[in-house]
Parts: sequence; structure tokens; C-alpha cells
Amino acid sequence: MIIDCPWCGKRDVREFTYQGDGNIKRPAISDVNVDEFNAYVYDRENPAGDHLELWQHSGGCRSHLLVSRNTLTHQIASCETVGPWADKSGRAGK
Amino acid sequence: MQWRKPEPKKSYDVIIVGGGGHGLATAWYLASVHGLTNIAVVEKGWLGGGNVGRNTTIVRSNYLLPQNIRFYEKSMQLWRTLSHDLNYNIMFSPRGVLNLAHTPGQMDLYAERGNAMRLLGGDAELLDRDQVARLNPGLDVSGNARFPVVGGLLQPSAGSARHDAVAWGFARAADQLGVDLLENCEVTGFLRESDKVVGVETTRGEIRTEKTAVAVAGSTSRVMRLAGIERLPIESHVLQAFVSEALKPVIANVVTFGGGHLYASQSDKGGLVFGGALDGYNSYAQRGNLPVVEEVMSEFLAMYPKFARLRMLRSWGGVTDMSMDGSPIITTGPLPGMYLNAGWCYGGFKATPASGWCFAHTIANDKPHDINAPFTLDRFKQGRQIDEKGVGPTPGYH
Ligand SMILES: Cc1cc2nc3c(=O)[nH]c(=O)nc-3n(C[C@H](O)[C@H](O)[C@H](O)COP(=O)(O)OP(=O)(O)OC[C@H]3O[C@@H](n4cnc5c(N)ncnc54)[C@H](O)[C@@H]3O)c2cc1C
Ligand SMILES: [Zn+2]
Repeated sequence: MIIDCPWCGKRDVREFTYQGDGNIKRPAISDVNVDEFNAYVYDRENPAGDHLELWQHSGGCRSHLLVSRNTLTHQIASCETVGPWADKSGRAGK
Repeated sequence: MQWRKPEPKKSYDVIIVGGGGHGLATAWYLASVHGLTNIAVVEKGWLGGGNVGRNTTIVRSNYLLPQNIRFYEKSMQLWRTLSHDLNYNIMFSPRGVLNLAHTPGQMDLYAERGNAMRLLGGDAELLDRDQVARLNPGLDVSGNARFPVVGGLLQPSAGSARHDAVAWGFARAADQLGVDLLENCEVTGFLRESDKVVGVETTRGEIRTEKTAVAVAGSTSRVMRLAGIERLPIESHVLQAFVSEALKPVIANVVTFGGGHLYASQSDKGGLVFGGALDGYNSYAQRGNLPVVEEVMSEFLAMYPKFARLRMLRSWGGVTDMSMDGSPIITTGPLPGMYLNAGWCYGGFKATPASGWCFAHTIANDKPHDINAPFTLDRFKQGRQIDEKGVGPTPGYH
């Protein structure tokens, strides 16, 4: 599996660390709804098909990346930087 | 023919979705222990074509947490007489499972685990390096090993069983008690009366029942979505396995590496059967990637340098239902009329008899047995996780 990092270009999956489902949002800390926190920590859609997920290029530029990958074919449709650098353009011209 | 190929009836007392080891075992225990014989197992492919025929066949109960020890010890008990009970040779081979220790700290952890097992009636022996060497002549126990061996924990009564035979044995015995095994019959939806599940829609028509029991392992999220359950504390991950060319007898027991994640044994045909960790990301692909292949091979060679020129015959991947705490779910619900058996991660083969036994009890009595009472779906919300490894809600790390 090859992931096309917006900063470093195409790199082997072994350079990356998987960080799980990229759809889940942490509820606000002031939110005291137990069900919402439970869902955030434990409940996953786990689709067979397209999946939005977080990876870190831990063996490269260390950026956190939002990747759209098909869990049936491992084919990657998109890969974008998330976090403070999200709107900067990468060296690979993305 | 080992079992009939019946046409589906209009209705049954119980419908089990999934003809893997767990579904078939559940059917047999429902029929033989609870006298429920008007039941069907609904399988989308052929019986035993799922992970029950795709695993590395290790059977053990060397856990630390009491809930797990109790459950897996029940399974060990059932394994011992299973060939007789089913009148089918499942080739249960209690050749011992040996976990290697490479540091004194690891020996302390194994002592703790061994004591926990023995306190609950299991068997465990702490071995020093010389005892390990005597048991496993080919293993590199020298000081030059990449991770020198200092000892190990042996569960003598653990071992392996012939995976296909387990599926076939449960299937044939259940069929003989009148259970309908419906192959090429995929569940495509659930019949509902308001909240209640009252049967299944399948590729071979609608079948009604008061009790719908789901045991589809790696397909749990997909199948439960058909019932409107959109999210579960489960992720599907791929696990790979490997078989080498055949050798003369060279590994006497099941041996696991303590410096990483690797387990190996030798099949009756002579092939070395081994595997390691998950690839580590969500996958339904039934094939893994090369970094794990390389990692598994290098761990194997760290234990057995002499296998460096061994040729590999086959490798494959299977989709496992990794739960958020690494432990299974055997429960009533989550909808009325429904029962759920899932979260087997990559250790569900050894659980097959106890899983079927507990699930059958839960279905027949509409409440769990004491042994599976801790394995609920709402334990996560209640803070009652059963996290053997202590790695938290990261399914890929269990
Ligand atoms: C490579 C690998 C190695 C493993 N090694 C070990 C090991 O050494 N020891 C151990 O204890 N465990 C091991 N496991 C885990 C073990 O194989 C599984 O946990 C266990 O087999 C799962 O239960 P099962 O047998 O019921 O699953 P399966 O055999 O997968 O049964 C589930 C069935 O449900 C059916 N199904 C799915 N969707 C539908 C539908 N819509 N309608 C009808 N039917 C459906 C599938 O076709 C399948 O036959 C391993 C797993 C893998 C992949
Ligand atoms: Zn990068």
C-alpha cells in the first residue's frame, strides 16, 4: 500500500501510523452527555468500502493526514493534511 | 454426504446467521443441550468457508483476567471430549503452548499470569531456559540470539485442533439432531415488527422466527447494519497467516515469541504454520500488505535462524472482528428478538465450543450464563471493559 503524502510524495505504508476512524469528533469538554462521549470513544461505523481515516506520516514529515481509502480494495482516493497546516499547500503541489 | 441439503422452511424456533465455527457450535449445543431442534443455520457461502477454515488453529486459555480464564477454561474442558461428543475426529492435539520470555521482567509477568491461571483451575508451568531448550531442540536459546531466551510459560493442556474438522463435526452432529443447515443463503435484511426482529430476508426467501442469533465474526458490522445498527464497538482488521514447505517433525509444541508477536506450530503434514500481528488498519480485503510479511519472517528467524532457507508455500489473510477491548460479545439484544455473538478478534477459534455453549444457553434462556455474563455489549458504556492487554480502545493493538 502506497500513501501519497501531500508533503513528501508517494511513500510505503510502513512509514505511516494508523490512527483510526477520521469521522469521529470529540464532544466539547463542557458536554456532559455520557452517550455522546461513549459513542466518541467506542462506537464505529466500520464500513466495507470507502472509509475516511487518520494516518500520521510518523516516519516522514510527521504530518497528520486525512485519508479516504477503500477497505475492500485498499485503494486510496485522497490524502490531505489536517491540523494547523491544513490550508498550506504541500511540496508535492496538492 | 455429511449433512442434508434441505429447502428452507417458512419458520423456525431459532435462526442462526453465520455457518462458521461459532454458528454451527451454537446450533449443536441448542439441539443437544437444550432440546431445540427446529432451528436453522443460515450461511451465505458454504459451511466452514469463513475464518473457521482460515486460522492457525491454536487452542489455549493462558489469560490473566478472571473473566477470560473462566470462559476459555470452559472451552478447554469442552475441547478435551469434543471428538467423542461429536463422534467426529477433530484431531485435538494438546501438545502444549509455550510463551517465550526474553527478560527477567517478562518472567515476572508470566509468573503472575501462570498463578492466575492455576488459581482458577487451569494448568501452567514456569520454565527456565534449560527446560525450554529441552522441549524445543531447534530453538536458538544461545546468548547470541537477537533476543536471548531466559525462560517461558508453558500451558501443557493447550495445543491445536483441525479447524475444518471442527466446522464439519459440529455441522454433521447438528444435522443428525434435525438442524437445517442452509448454505448459499445470504441474509440480506431482517424482518421487523416495530422494534422486534421476527426473522430474516435471505437470497432463498423470507424465514420467520422468534429468535434471530447473529454469529458472523468479521462481517458483524455489515450484517448488523441491515438491522439498522449503524455503529458498534468493533473494527474489522486483516490478519495474515503463513505455511512453509513440509519438514520432518521439528517443532513439538506451539511456540510464541516474546520479543514481538509471533506464534508457530507444525501441522501433521509437516508444514510450519505461523502468524503475527494484524496489519493494523480497517480492512475487509482478505489480503494483507508486505511490511507485516517481512516483520513476521524476521521474528521467526530471530527464534529459529536455521529456517532462513525454508520456502514458503502459502499465505493468506482473514477479516477479524476486533472489539474495542479485545474481548468478545455474547449477549441478548441489541434489539428485541435478537442475540449477538461477535468481537472474536483473532483468537476466536479456541473459543468455538465455549462460545457455542454459552450462546446456546443465552438464546434458550433469554439470559446469559454466568460464564458469558461479563461479555455484554453495554460493558463499554458501564466502564466494565475486559481489556486483557491494557491497550485501551484501539482495536488494531489488541
Ligand atoms: C489468519 C487467521 C488466523 C487465526 N488464528 C487463530 C488461532 O490460531 N487461534 C484462534 O483461537 N483463533 C484464530 N483466529 C480467529 C478465528 O479464526 C475466528 O475468531 C473465528 O473463526 C471466528 O468465528 P467463526 O468461526 O464463527 O467465523 P467464520 O468462520 O468467519 O463464520 C462467519 C460466517 O458468517 C457468514 N456470513 C457473513 N455474512 C453473512 C450473511 N449476510 N448471511 C449469512 N451468512 C453470513 C460467513 O460466510 C461465515 O461463514 C484466526 C483468524 C485468522 C483470520
Ligand atoms: Zn509526509
